[in-house]
Amino acid sequence: MPEWMHIAVPSAPALFAQLLIGLINGSFYALLSLGLAVIFGLLNIINFAHGALYMLGAFCAYLLLNYFGIGYWPSLLLAPLAVGAFGILLERCFIRWVYRLDHLYGLLLTFGLALIVQGVFRQFYGASGKPYSIPEALSGGQNLGFMFLPNYRAWVIVASAAVCFGTWFLIERTRLGANLRAATENPALVQAFGINVPRMVTLTYGFGVALAALAGVMAAPIYQVSPLMGTNLIIVVFAVVVIGGMGSILGAIVGGFALGIIEGLTKVFYPEASATAIFVIMAIVLLVKPAGLFGRRA
Amino acid sequence: MKAKFILAVAAAAALGMATASGASAQGAPKPIKIGVMNDMSSVYSYLGGMGSVAAAKMAVKDFGGKVLGRPIEVIFADHQNKPDIGAGIARQWFDEQGVDAIVDLPTSSVAIAVQQVAKERGKVTLISNGGSSELTGKFCSPTGVHWTYDTYAMAHGTGSAVVKQGGNTWFFLTADYAFGHALQDDTAAVVKAAGGTVVGSVNVPLNNADFSSFLLQAQQSKAKVIGLANAGGDTVNSIKQAAEFGIVAGGQRLAGLLVFIMDVDALGLKTAQGLLLTEAYYWDQNDATRAWAKRFQAVYGKIPTSGQAGVYGAVSHYLKAMAAAGTDDGIKVVAKMRELPINDFMTKNGKLREDGRVLRDMYLFEVKKPEESKYPFDYYKQLAVIPAAQAYRPLSESECPLIKKN
Repeated sequence: MPEWMHIAVPSAPALFAQLLIGLINGSFYALLSLGLAVIFGLLNIINFAHGALYMLGAFCAYLLLNYFGIGYWPSLLLAPLAVGAFGILLERCFIRWVYRLDHLYGLLLTFGLALIVQGVFRQFYGASGKPYSIPEALSGGQNLGFMFLPNYRAWVIVASAAVCFGTWFLIERTRLGANLRAATENPALVQAFGINVPRMVTLTYGFGVALAALAGVMAAPIYQVSPLMGTNLIIVVFAVVVIGGMGSILGAIVGGFALGIIEGLTKVFYPEASATAIFVIMAIVLLVKPAGLFGRRA
Repeated sequence: MKAKFILAVAAAAALGMATASGASAQGAPKPIKIGVMNDMSSVYSYLGGMGSVAAAKMAVKDFGGKVLGRPIEVIFADHQNKPDIGAGIARQWFDEQGVDAIVDLPTSSVAIAVQQVAKERGKVTLISNGGSSELTGKFCSPTGVHWTYDTYAMAHGTGSAVVKQGGNTWFFLTADYAFGHALQDDTAAVVKAAGGTVVGSVNVPLNNADFSSFLLQAQQSKAKVIGLANAGGDTVNSIKQAAEFGIVAGGQRLAGLLVFIMDVDALGLKTAQGLLLTEAYYWDQNDATRAWAKRFQAVYGKIPTSGQAGVYGAVSHYLKAMAAAGTDDGIKVVAKMRELPINDFMTKNGKLREDGRVLRDMYLFEVKKPEESKYPFDYYKQLAVIPAAQAYRPLSESECPLIKKN
C-alpha cells in the first residue's frame, strides 16, 4: 500500500471540511475566471495580464495601508477603481490595436505587459512577500464542530458569490448586458443604434480588470502580497475558463467553484496530484466537449 | 614615393601599437575573476541576488583588491534557478572568460550542476545559499566548498531542539521534490533518535498557494509539532495560513526547517512569533556581526541575510588561501583553505572538512513577540549555540566518494 493512503481515508466530517476549503479556493478561481471570461467574451482578448493585475490589486491594498493608513474595507473599493483605471489606460494605449488581429497577438501583448508590471514590482519590492493582516472585524473564526472556519474565509465565499451573481445578472439579464453582448456579435450594427461601442469595450476591459484587482485585495490577507502571486494562479484560472467554455460567464463561475472543490478533494486523496488535477480535467473536457462545458460556440 | 611613405607610416603605427599593447600586458596582468551566480530575479533572489555581489565586492575591497600581484574582478549572472542555464554560464565563464571561482549558488539543483562543471576543470565553487547536504555527500568535489549552512544542519538544529522541548509527535508538510524529501528524512531521523514519533506526512506540490487543506490534515493528525519541510514562499504561506486556522492557538507547534530572516520579515512578527529556526548568522548577535551588517547596509541598503554574509566570508577565505598558496590553481587553493582556520565576523575557528563542508557553529533562534522587538529587524532571540562538531552530518555517514572509509 503506498504511503499516502495512510492519511487518505478521512472521516465524514473531515471530508466535509475539505469540501468547504475547496469552495474557498473556488471563490478565487471564480472571481478571476469571471473577469477573464468577460474580457474574452466581449473583447476577444486572451488577457494574460490578468494575474499581474490581480497582483496589482493586492499591492494597491498594501500601499494604501502603508502609505496612507487606509485599511482593508475602503481598499476593497479603492484598489479595484485604481487598477481598473490602469486597465483602461492599457486598453486605450495598447490592447485596442490588436482586436482585429489573430488571438495570438493579444496573448503576446498581454503576456508582455504582465512581465513588465511584475518586473517593475519585483525591482521595488523584491521577490519575497509583504505581510497584510486580516481586518480586525473578521479575525478569529468559528468552530463548526467538524472544522475551525476562519471568519475571513467565510467572508471570501460570501463576497465572491455575491459579486459573481451580480456580474452574471448584469451581463445576462439587464439592458446594458444585452447591448454588450450584441456589440460582440455585430459591433457595426450596435454602433448604428447610437451606442458608443469603443467606449463600452474600454469600460468592459476596465471592469474585468477591476474584478481581478478585487480578487487581489481579498487574497492579500490570506496569501502574502508578492510580485509573483499572480503568475502561478493565472495558468490554473485559464484552465478553469477553458473548462467552463471560453467567454461563458456562467461557465466561469460554476467552473471556478466546481474545480476548487475537485482540487480540494485531490488534496485529500492524492495530494501530489493536486497541482495537476485541473489540467487533467481540462484535457478530458477538451476531448469530449471542445467548446467547454458551457461554451456556446463550437 | 608617396605610397612608400604611407607604407612606412603604417608600419610605424603597427609597431607602435604592438609595443603599446605589449606594455599594457606587462602593466596589467590577467585578473583573478570571481563570478557570483545566483537567482537575481525570482523566488530566491531575496536570499542572495545583487546583495551577494555587494558582499563579494566588499570582501575583495577589504582584501586590498589584489592577490598574487593581480587585480581581482567580480562579475555576476542570473541562473534563473535552472540547472542547464547555470551549467551553461559556468562553462562559458571557466572556458572563455577565465573565471577562477563561482560563488553563492542558491537552488540546490543548480549548485550541484555547476559544482560538477567546476570539478571537471579543477575550478572552485564556494556555495553559500545552496542548501542540499548532498553537495558534500554523493555530489562532493575536491574543489567544492559548502560554506554557510546545509539542510542537515538546519533540520538537526531545529528538530532536536523542538523534541527536547516536548514536541515528540510530528506531522510533516513536505515540498514534493528532492530537497523537501531530504529535509523531511533528515528531520524524521532526529525526531526518532530523540524518542519521538512521526505520525504522518503530506507531500505538497512546489509553489503551492493554498495550504489550508494540508493544514487541516495536520490538525486532524493531533501531532504536537507540524514540521515544515519546504522553503521560501511555501514556508511563508503555510505559516501564515496556520495562524489563520488557529493551529498554534489550538496547541500545536510549527517547526520551520528552513526559515531565513527575510521570511520572518514577510510574515510579520505577529504571525511568526514563537517560531523556532536555525541559522548560520543573524545580524544582531554581537558587536562583530552588527558592525559588518552596518557596513553591508551602507553599501546595499538592506540587512544582510546569512547567505550574503557567507559570500563575504567565503570570498575572503578563498583569497587568503590563494595568497598563502601562491598559486591560482583550484585544487591547491582549496587544499590551502582546508589548512587555514576560518575566522571572520560570523565564524570562529571554522574548519573546511575534506568533503567540502565548512564546520562552524550554528544557532538556534526563536522569533520574538511583536512587543519584544525594539527596532527594525529586531527579530530573533538566540536560544542555543549548536557546536560545529554536532551540527553537520558526521563523516562516518558520508556518501562522499572522496572520503575513504576504513
